[in-house]
Amino acid sequence: MALTGIQIYKLLPQTNCKECGLPTCLAFAMKLAAKQVELAACPYVSEESKAKLAASAAPPIRLVTLKADGHEVKAGNEVVLFRHEKTFYHKPGLFVRLKAADPDLAAKVEAIENYTVNYVGMDFTVDGFALQADGDLAAAIETVRAASKRPLILIGEPQALESGLGALAGETPLLYAADSSNWEAMADLAAQHKCALAVRGASLDELADLTEKIKAKGVEDLVLDPGLNAEGRRVNMATWLARATQIRRLALKKNFRPLGYPLITFPAEHQDGAGEAVHAAQHIAKYAGFIVLDTFAPELLYPLLVLRENIYTDPQKPIQVQPELYEINAPSPDAPVLVTTNFSITYFAVANEVEGAGLPAWLVVTDAEGMSVLTAWAAGKFDAERIAKAVKDFKVAEKVRNRTLVIPGHVAVLSGELEEELPDWEIRVGPREAVDLPAFMKQALQTA
Amino acid sequence: MAVEIPKDSWPGSVKEVTLGATPAEGGTRSRTVTVGGETTLPFMHFEAPPPHPPAIAIEIKSRRPQDWSPLLGELWGAAMNAPAEWARQAEDADADLLVLALDIEDTVDDAVAAVQSVLQASGLPLIVWGPGQAEKDNELLVPVAEATKGERVVLGICEDKNYRTIVAAALANDHLVQARAPMDVNLSKQLNILISDMGLPLDRILMDPTTGALGYGIEYGYSVMERLRLAALQGDAMTQLPMIVTPGYEAWKTKEAKVGEGVPAAWGDWQARAIYWETLTAVALLESGADIVVLRHPESVQNVKQAIANLMTPA
Ligand code: B12
Ligand code: SF4
Repeated sequence: MALTGIQIYKLLPQTNCKECGLPTCLAFAMKLAAKQVELAACPYVSEESKAKLAASAAPPIRLVTLKADGHEVKAGNEVVLFRHEKTFYHKPGLFVRLKAADPDLAAKVEAIENYTVNYVGMDFTVDGFALQADGDLAAAIETVRAASKRPLILIGEPQALESGLGALAGETPLLYAADSSNWEAMADLAAQHKCALAVRGASLDELADLTEKIKAKGVEDLVLDPGLNAEGRRVNMATWLARATQIRRLALKKNFRPLGYPLITFPAEHQDGAGEAVHAAQHIAKYAGFIVLDTFAPELLYPLLVLRENIYTDPQKPIQVQPELYEINAPSPDAPVLVTTNFSITYFAVANEVEGAGLPAWLVVTDAEGMSVLTAWAAGKFDAERIAKAVKDFKVAEKVRNRTLVIPGHVAVLSGELEEELPDWEIRVGPREAVDLPAFMKQALQTA
Repeated sequence: MAVEIPKDSWPGSVKEVTLGATPAEGGTRSRTVTVGGETTLPFMHFEAPPPHPPAIAIEIKSRRPQDWSPLLGELWGAAMNAPAEWARQAEDADADLLVLALDIEDTVDDAVAAVQSVLQASGLPLIVWGPGQAEKDNELLVPVAEATKGERVVLGICEDKNYRTIVAAALANDHLVQARAPMDVNLSKQLNILISDMGLPLDRILMDPTTGALGYGIEYGYSVMERLRLAALQGDAMTQLPMIVTPGYEAWKTKEAKVGEGVPAAWGDWQARAIYWETLTAVALLESGADIVVLRHPESVQNVKQAIANLMTPA
């Protein structure tokens, strides 16, 4: 958290020598707080003050980047507790955990590596792998690297992890985990191999102690695991939520450095009956930076990836597509013309149905300021006038021979006005839901 | 290092609302359900333990629905043809409450008979929704309200264009209402003001901020709920109502839940995906302040039950 002008003033020489170009040190401090001058303009700031000022300018939650050849996963650097206050920036990385000793490792890596799912035009994948060092780690890393270049989280004791790190030169994996028994060896290992390091403890007190000690050894890319109790078992959802919230608040509101790091979670390890999916959902909503799943199942990954996208969407601007005339399945001039809005979810709901059914069509995507059909209609952004304007602007009549225009069933009320705006066109009211469009096109429009 | 935990303390709190009435209270329910009463953000036990767990309602219909996912059709089977049987099975599936949604085809007699059969079949407190078309809602809900006087049924759904008749029926017959506004803090407040101006006490209003399913607008609902709850805690009286949301309705109308064939392989197993869709939508909404979630599938109910039990027990 940034310092106030007065706090900065206390760190300045307070001699009012004017060399910075300002009449007093206080004036300089005020400008500095407002980021209108550079600290370097004052030649007399002590080294100690410089360090304090630099520290105060650092983000309250450290940005930690896991790197591999061509892939990066970033977590941290968040600035708010609630997404509506600004936005959440760095989506938690979703990793799948595999065991080094697993005889099917290669096949599993390949399946996970190849998983991709499309959501409103975006391709989502798993972000990386977590490897449990229960066997020959170096050999396992080689197996993973044969199929995937995604970042790694390595889980095990220091000696076991060390055996694998040679193979990862130039990468930044995350080592899991330093605790009160092994932190020195872990910190040495992380420092030597330039890795990020996860730190686990049974309380915030213990975590804060550990991060300070490890930082003193020169390792700064830390990740916190606040999910364990004193017996080494995973806490339940209430406690996890409390700890994650407390850590976020301490970082953002108190600028409390010892806990100013992203969080790592293991949703499958909470043996409290709620299940991996439910824990993972909580972790996505509430402040996780890296999530390590034990289950690789498309039906689980897909909703988690979508939830993550939704929570991390910028609340200020809806996801939208370019308004224009889209061609679906290479339409001929006789193919039907459909109208929709430029909200991504709406556009892809329609486009995917028509495309998936193999039906050729022209799709007029009007500029509805990124709103869904009914929202835009209610807000006056999707009316007869706008639709008519789009049809004219996109020169639809020049590209298309037939004169049938299909509007969404939800805005059937627009058909009268639209007939007046577009007298050459026959306005047809389509079904309410996009799922029913192919059937409608085949029957009502008799599209082959 | 002793870390000092920052604690919020708020000037405002959420009203407690009790659904249903036992014989001693003038109704016939075997128990009542109270929600609300929060004095801090969801599940922040270290500041103040939440006084009541969020409740789960199962949604049933007066007639077999034509447009529900085939997965739900297979699951509830013949029970879908008879609201009483459906209600019994929903109670067995661990619901805390029932939502009975009336159908656009129902006559007044059909609607009243369906509501009465459900009240006889199950002792759970009841929420009754009209078919969702203003005139028809009023036509059905008024006689339903009269036939169930004293049961503290929740009547819905009040919207800015249609709330007067429903609120009047609630006032005259000791019922509650569900007040829905489209994902907007000020619109929610406005509707609550209009309803309370008619004389209905705030502890008989549930606020429905509207939600979207995972992938279909949940982020808007999620944030509006967080904002409404923050406003309530900051002391804004017209937002201090428990929130009811409909993740079941929203999740089960998505393609992900409705369609099993011709969808990408990356969507995985249909049934499991559909249940995750509903479960995760509901869990995210609990984290953002939901007091009642209305669900459709018993497995989601079990998942969400576990989540609630977990969230209510600091350990
Ligand atoms: C999310 C949402 C919002 C978001 C905006 C999201 C966005 N970017 O559009 C926010 C919170 C900002 C919002 C605001 C408002 N909203 Co709003 N909102 C919703 C909500 C919950 C979901 C909308 C959605 O995303 N649907 C998903 C998309 C994919 O659906 P869709 O675009 O309709 O597309 C489907 C079909 O129409 C069809 N389709 C689409 N194109 C085509 C084309 C053809 C040819 C065919 C055949 C079919 C077809 O296929 C799609 C999939 O089936 C709905 C309620 C609900 N649960 O549905 C209310 C809703 C749409 N909103 C409503 C209102 C009133 C508003 C506001 C005007 C409120 C206000 N006064 O402030 C504002 C307007 C915005 C503004 N002034 O800036 C009302 C509209 C009521 C009405 N019938 O007029 C609704 C229905 C809620 C309600 N019950 O009152 N809203
Ligand atoms: S140059 Fe430094 S010491 Fe001199 S007035 Fe400016 S801030 Fe003060």
